[in-house]
Amino acid sequence: MRKLAFSLAAPVGAFLLTLVVSTIALLAFGSSPAEAYGDMLSHAAKLETQVDILNRATPFYLSAVAAAIGFRMNLFNIGVEGQYLMGFLFAAQVGGLISLPQVLHIFVIMVVAMIVGALYAGIAGVLKTTRGVNEVISTIMLNSIAVGGLIAWLQQEWQAELGENFSSTELGTNEIEESGLLPTINGLLEIFTREIGQGKELTGMLLIAVLVGVLYHVLLNRTRFGFDLRASGINPFAARAGGVPPKRMVLAAMMLSGAVAGLIGMVELADRGKFPPDPIQGLGFQGIAVALLGRNNPGGMAFAALLFAFLDVSSGVLDSTGAASREIAVIMQGIVLLTAVIAYGVANRLRERDEAREAAEALAAEREVVPA
Amino acid sequence: MIAKLNDLPAWARWALYAAFGVLLLTIVQSISDTERLTQVATAREMLRFAVPIFLAGLGGLFSERAGVVNIGLEGMLILGMWFGAWGSITYGAWWGLAIGIFGGMLGGLLHAIATVTFQVDHIISGVAINILAPAITRYLSEEIWASPTTSPRTSAVGDWDVPFLAGGTVFGWESPDLLLTISQWEIWYLSDLAQLSRGLLRGTSWVAIIAIALVPFTVWLIWRTRFGLRLRICGEKPAAGEAQGINIIRYKYIAVIISGGLAGLGGAFISTELSGLFQGGNSAGRGFIGLAALIFGNWRPGGVLLGALLFGYVFGLDLRDLDGTASHAMLLVNAIAFAGVGLWAFTRRRKADTIIAAILGVGALFWWIVADTVPSWWSNTLPYVVVLLVLVFFAQRLRMPVSLGMPYRKGET
Repeated sequence: MRKLAFSLAAPVGAFLLTLVVSTIALLAFGSSPAEAYGDMLSHAAKLETQVDILNRATPFYLSAVAAAIGFRMNLFNIGVEGQYLMGFLFAAQVGGLISLPQVLHIFVIMVVAMIVGALYAGIAGVLKTTRGVNEVISTIMLNSIAVGGLIAWLQQEWQAELGENFSSTELGTNEIEESGLLPTINGLLEIFTREIGQGKELTGMLLIAVLVGVLYHVLLNRTRFGFDLRASGINPFAARAGGVPPKRMVLAAMMLSGAVAGLIGMVELADRGKFPPDPIQGLGFQGIAVALLGRNNPGGMAFAALLFAFLDVSSGVLDSTGAASREIAVIMQGIVLLTAVIAYGVANRLRERDEAREAAEALAAEREVVPA
Repeated sequence: MIAKLNDLPAWARWALYAAFGVLLLTIVQSISDTERLTQVATAREMLRFAVPIFLAGLGGLFSERAGVVNIGLEGMLILGMWFGAWGSITYGAWWGLAIGIFGGMLGGLLHAIATVTFQVDHIISGVAINILAPAITRYLSEEIWASPTTSPRTSAVGDWDVPFLAGGTVFGWESPDLLLTISQWEIWYLSDLAQLSRGLLRGTSWVAIIAIALVPFTVWLIWRTRFGLRLRICGEKPAAGEAQGINIIRYKYIAVIISGGLAGLGGAFISTELSGLFQGGNSAGRGFIGLAALIFGNWRPGGVLLGALLFGYVFGLDLRDLDGTASHAMLLVNAIAFAGVGLWAFTRRRKADTIIAAILGVGALFWWIVADTVPSWWSNTLPYVVVLLVLVFFAQRLRMPVSLGMPYRKGET
């Protein structure tokens, strides 16, 4: 009970503090907080908005799981962004070139995305294990190399194959045939709700994301590998003494993280049918934020992903109602992250102190019963 | 000979290295079809790109010498960009710089509160600041300039021509432009040296001058004063410092706030001088590159400057190099550099390093031979590749502060 109180107090406190700060930010520029929050909530109450929120939460969640795999062993994979874009680009290119029966086509595309993501993350893993290069710096550099160079280059190369007379709408990789696109799951949601209007489509990746979350939980908490991974995170020296090969763990965790990162782009791929000239950027970093907010816990991250998606999507209505600037949503995301991170730290310390006191009391009680 | 090199004073040694670097460029240039490697404009762009990278890196130095990893430099740079632009528009150029520094310091203060007081993991806090900072600037821009990403034009603090060397004016009298004269003699190597120096000394932003002056100042402050000794002990062995009665927490706070202020100055430079307005995304990861320059420079001010100039050179060259011929010549420079690294590794009997350097060197040489130009994506990528390679070859030789990134609690050893 006390444990539950400790783990709930931190996020609730962080959220309240965020509300206070964002209210101040709104008041500072003459917006009405009540009106702004009210508009956002009533917008989010609509089914169509909820579909948008789920569509947005899905890549956030996948990105968060990718980051969390590394975090669990104190490995900071800041490169989710680069791995996601590389996996996305290669999967789209391969998917556009081949034609296969539906299930197989989708499967091949996803496997390519995961392999490319894993390999790109693997570079940082190899650099760390063989040359002792810190993964934070190397993954940041690999992000810049992917975003600033490789992707622009490959897009250019692959576009050239379209010939001289391609139009700007054809930019990006080849269109993928219908068989390679993950179907939407509107039908599944409509079992519980009314028909979804406005042509909104719920991404099928939602189910995959849920599956990834379950696998993440099972892998970390129910398998030998997961135990080794967590042990390496808590105390690498003890883990090593216990027979866990540290280098192999680093490489495995890094590549697993990259493989999940590769899946992030599949949401956009199913939606747009190709690697677009303007892929969504920043998903990798927002995923890190979601992982931190959800404390690497599969349920917590789902909640955090929904919160971030809710803020992103529902703030869009502020543009039309004019109650406030929609940018208030990004402020709230940033502040809830920082305050939550601090609140978790404080809660941890309080709990440690609490446990130490309990242990001391138990020890003292034992001494009284059995005099030495 | 190497022993004699080490006997020279630091400035002379650096000057020698620089002269050697220019010699390399001259040699490469005489066998390839470009003149951009040593043009005046190349040197000027190098400096302009190097300044924010260097300031961010120097900020990182203060923070990391005090034991706090500062990956949030990028966010502090972004805060500096916004506050610098706002200050410049509202109160004028010099105030812009001051307010930019202040904005960066706010970011530093947040980082210090999270990492020093609440012992949040340094990387996590940094990532949080990197996400929070652009969010704050988006909101403020939207509210103040009615656009989340763009501000009106800003004004810059202006620049200065060094008299006698680069034709600056002294009390209204125009002094001779010595370096221009020398470069017009067109003597092999000497004129290249003159051109590059002239690019650094003519039209030099006051911020760049301040930044360069910060190198000796930081060396003095951190290695020659009591304040610096105490700051360094926070990063090496805080428990020992505490035993001497040093208030470790206060020094860590000061260091991280200074760190944010320097990154903020770098950001203000970007918005007021490089782009002439605040534009979201214009930081372009320079905070991270500054961090790379810090590692490249082995946590020393001179080294950070060298790293920043190196990265600035590659970026600046790319900007001037529309047809890709100069980047093509850079391949040869890379090949020669790999040969040097390979030789160095060979004399130390490091087999793996020698082989890697040889493969990369031959690859660069091969590319240089088969291609006439280099696509622009490669020059965009080169600085980051250089960082990775430097780490690949030298990561194990670098010496970072011993307690870097470790949580510190008062009264615990």
